[in-house]
This record gives sequence, structure tokens and C-alpha cells, in this order.
Amino acid sequence: MSLLAHAPALQVVLPLVSAPLAVLLRHRNAAFAVVTAGAWAAFAAAIALWLQVGESGVISYHIGNWAPPWGIEYRVDRLTSFVLLLVSGMASIVLPYSRASIEREIPRELHYLYYAMFGLCLTGLLGMTITGDAFNIFVFLEISSLSTYVLIGLGRDRRALSASYRYLIMGSIGATFIVLGIGFLYLMTGTLNLADMAVRIRDIESSRPVLAALAFLTVGISLKVALFPLHQWLPNAYTYAPSAVTAFLAATATKVSVYVLIRFYFSVFGESLVFAKLPLPEIMLLLSLLGMFAANFIAIFQDNLKRLFAYSSVGQIGYITLGLSFDSFNGLAASIVHLFNHGIAKGAIFLLIGGIVAAGAKAGTGPLPLSFDRLAGLSRRMPLTCFGIVIAGLSLIGVPGTAGFVSKWYLILAAMDKGQWWLVAAILASSLLAVAYVWRFVEAAYFRPAADEVRREAPLSMLLPAWLLVLGSIWFGLDTSVTLGSALDAAQHLIGSKP
Amino acid sequence: MSRDLILRVIGKLLIPFILLFAVYVQFHGDFGPGGGFQAGVILAAAIVFYALIFGLENARQVVPDWLVETMLACGVLIYAGVGLAGIFLGGNYLDYFVLDHDAIHGQHRGIFWVEVGVAVTVSGVMLKIFYMFASRGNLNGPEDY
Repeated sequence: MSLLAHAPALQVVLPLVSAPLAVLLRHRNAAFAVVTAGAWAAFAAAIALWLQVGESGVISYHIGNWAPPWGIEYRVDRLTSFVLLLVSGMASIVLPYSRASIEREIPRELHYLYYAMFGLCLTGLLGMTITGDAFNIFVFLEISSLSTYVLIGLGRDRRALSASYRYLIMGSIGATFIVLGIGFLYLMTGTLNLADMAVRIRDIESSRPVLAALAFLTVGISLKVALFPLHQWLPNAYTYAPSAVTAFLAATATKVSVYVLIRFYFSVFGESLVFAKLPLPEIMLLLSLLGMFAANFIAIFQDNLKRLFAYSSVGQIGYITLGLSFDSFNGLAASIVHLFNHGIAKGAIFLLIGGIVAAGAKAGTGPLPLSFDRLAGLSRRMPLTCFGIVIAGLSLIGVPGTAGFVSKWYLILAAMDKGQWWLVAAILASSLLAVAYVWRFVEAAYFRPAADEVRREAPLSMLLPAWLLVLGSIWFGLDTSVTLGSALDAAQHLIGSKP
Repeated sequence: MSRDLILRVIGKLLIPFILLFAVYVQFHGDFGPGGGFQAGVILAAAIVFYALIFGLENARQVVPDWLVETMLACGVLIYAGVGLAGIFLGGNYLDYFVLDHDAIHGQHRGIFWVEVGVAVTVSGVMLKIFYMFASRGNLNGPEDY
């Protein structure tokens, strides 16, 4: 058996092993090398899986050689491999970046623990994505959540601790709901394997425990997704976490939760139950619209740049769940592709903001150089950083030629399929709000006079990964064969043969 | 409590048996109630007991901080190593069947090492948490972070 056959297991195991090794080595450079190698290996495994799924369809890997449904099964289909690609790819880009970034934000003696936690967080997110076992999802969710709380708490600002604590409380409530839902499903079907569960649930799908399970899972996962009224933990967590952590979480954590939601809705409960018999699409549509407008509106009035884009993340999550609520081929494809496109655009923005923090810290100008007064005339000091934020911001707005346009286009197509023109108008109107908050940055950075005009860019090791993502958000706007191709494939696979 | 004669004597008498009991729970886990998690907790409890009676500094000499951190990392590595051994011997990840010529024997061997890993990590984590709480606010102790 070649190593390739074990790619599904190695995908999760390699980052997992890198974390305790980092603790064992106790040296920040060694820890950095080990965890980065683990993340790159995971990325390689994700690429291998993506190619393999394209050739031979669904891959099933039996942990411990116990056949499913008794043993734990790792199951990779098109959607899984696409999300794995995003998560491991973002980790491979953020880790090299974080070396220079945490130098200025985290005390040195904690660096090796930072890398260990990062490795565990990556393990948890990859595991949640790849596993085909309901309880396993919960276990990996806890691994990723617990390490996330630590990572957020490492932030330099003291408020990072309270933000982390708040997320801990909300996240634990969410995780409890999820495990309750899984418990109900296990009670009713007697299996934890998702594929097996989907078959057995058909006969009892309108029984009360199954509906209760659906409700628990929806609320619990929505908490982790940060769907609009349940997003309260997100702005503070993103604002006060170390820059590299914010970028990684914004690009991956909520996205993996959306993936789990899609998995339960389409692969376990089935769309006929979720979308036809219950008023769930209406609820989700309403909450998504509220998120798109309220969160984007709040974003405009933030004085901290990081907080502004944190609220924008809540708004962008609204687009993703809006696509889900359509229950149509195009809507689902829009959701899936927006997972990816928003991930790289938001990742790029938070990485570049980390550069601003780093340059400000180097000049010794205090803790948070991110208020709009401090950003005045920033484009003279940091032209590359500012230009990058503007391009990624255009992708958030959905300007043609950027990745964001592709997802918005499919979202609008889905709305037109349903014949709901007012929704098309709503999507366009909420994009105008995005124009407003991106413009606030442009206005401050380009049109206000600068206090000093000395060029002081972020270090190259931070600019390079960030610009890689900026270029990515243009590249995936022009060449959509990987992103949109995967999304269409995945939507086809999930929804059956309904074009 | 370091001047309390009865506690010191009873403690000295009991701690070896607590450690022995931990080992019993560890190795009897195959056939009866027990296993790595419980054994790890009992093992850590013995050290915590020691620290309560003889003081944190003495406990830190018995089980130093670096050992605790090594333990909590090594346990995970042992567990994952068993899984990877399965791959190298031609099976799947965590495949115990291939760990020995006899499949049943292989299962025994696999779960034995996995439980060792669990015990090592659990006792390491328990002690780490105890040390961190116990040394808070103690200005003379090693720096806590």
C-alpha cells in the first residue's frame, strides 16, 4: 500500500503529531519548523485527495480497519476535499507569516505553545471536515474550539482574555447543543456513521426526537457559524486576537462550521425534511438578510479597522447562509464558492492589518494603531499594504474581476431562479454597504494628510503571504475552474441530479 | 501542613500504595474497570497528595516542570505512534490487527500502548493544571505564565 492510500488519515494525523512535538522541542524556531512542516504536509495531502476525488469519486477510509458503520470512517467527497484545501492552504500561508507577526504580539517564551495550539486548531478543523462519524465531529470540534480559545487569549490587549472567555461560554453552549442533537440522532437511529444515519432516518424523519435533533444541531452549529443573532462572540474575538490568529480563524473556523451545517442538512436529514416540510428556509432567509444589512451597517461605524472587518465577516456569513436557504443548485454552489472566496479575501485583509500593527509596534507608537485617526495617510507609509487591502476589499464588495464577484453572481442567479427580484435588489443594496465601509478605509488611508511620510512597510515575510492571498482573490475571480468547478460538482453531489 | 506528624507518616505510607494502585488500574484495564485515564488521574493524585503534605517545592523536585510538559506531549505521541505503526506495518491508521502475527494478540498490544499514552498524557495534564494553580500568587515560585 502506498502512502497515498493513507492520505485521509495523514491529513489529520500529521498536524496532530506536530503539536506535541512543538511542545517537546520547547524552542520557538524548532516549533515553528515542525508545525509549518505539518501544515504543508497536510496541504499536500489535501491536494492529493482533491485530485483523487476527481479521478475516482468518493474515498472512504476505515480507521483501525473496522468497517463502517461500526468503526470510524473518514469520508472524502468533492465538498470535503474543497474545504480541506481551503483550511490546510490557509494554515500553510498563515504559519510562515505568523513567525514575524507574533514576534511583536506574543511574549517570546510562549511562542512554542502558540505553534502547538495552532497545530491542534488545524487538526480539529481538518478532522471536523474529513470525518464521516457524527460523534467524531463533536470531538474534533472541541479540539479546534479549545485551542481557539487559547489562541484568542494570547492577544496582547487585556481584553483578549474577556473576548476569549466570552467565546468559551458561547462556544460551549453551541457544542453542548451539537452533542445533544447527535445524542438524539444516535438514540433514534442507533448509529453514528453519517451515511448510515441518513438511510435509517428516512422512516422516522418526522418523529419528535429527530426534529428536536435538527433544532439542536441548527442552533448549536449556527452559534459556531456566527449566524446573525448568534454572532455576539465574534467581533471581540477577532478584534483582540493576535493578527495571525484572526486571519486564520476568519478564513477557516466559521467556514468549517458552515460545512458541518451543510453536511447535516443535505447528507443526513435530507433537503426534503429540512427545506420542504419545515419553515427553516424562511427563518434562515430572514436571519441572513438581517445579518447582511445589520452587521454591514454596524461595520460602517466602527472606529477600529479590525473590528470593522470583523463585523463585515458576520455580514458575509449572511451571504453564505442566504445561498443555503434557497435550497437550489445555484444557491448551494454560491454558498460553497463563497466559503472559499470570502475566506481568502478576509484572510488577506487580516494578514495585511497584522502588517499595520507590526509596523506600528516597531515605531513604538502604542498598542493599537488601528483607529481611523492613526490610519490617516497610511498609503504614503505603507503603499503595498493599503493597496492590498483595497483589492481584497473590492472582492468583499463583489466587483467584477475579483473572486467575490463570482459568488455574488451565483447568488443573484439563484435568487432569479426563484423569481424573487426583491432579493436581487437586497443583495445589491447590501453590497453598497460594503462599498461604504471599504471606502472609509480608502478615504482615511489615501485622502487624509499623513502625520509623517516616512515609508515603513511591514516585513517581507508578512507582506508575501498576504499578497499571495490578495493575488489569489483576483486569480480565482478570473479562473474559476478550481473553485467554481468544485462548488458546482459538490452541489450536484449533495442535491442529487437537479441541475 | 509540613509539621503535622500524623499526616506525614500516613502520607509516606500511603503514597507507594497509591502509585501501585495506579499501575494496577492501568494494566487491569484490559479485563476489568480501569484504563489509562483513571490510572493517569490516580498517578497524578499521588503527586498532588505529596505536594499538599510536603509542599509544592518538594513535589517540584520529585516531578519537575520539564518532566510534566514532556509527559503531556509524549503521551499524545505514543498514541499517534501506535496509529502510525499500523500504517508502517501495512494496515490502516490505528490498525491493531497488524501489530502482531496473531490478530487478537495484535489488538491486545495496540490497546496496551494506546492506554500507556493516555495515562502519560492525563497524569501530565493533571499535574500541569495543579502546578499552575498552586503556584499562582507565589512570588518565590518559578514564574507562572
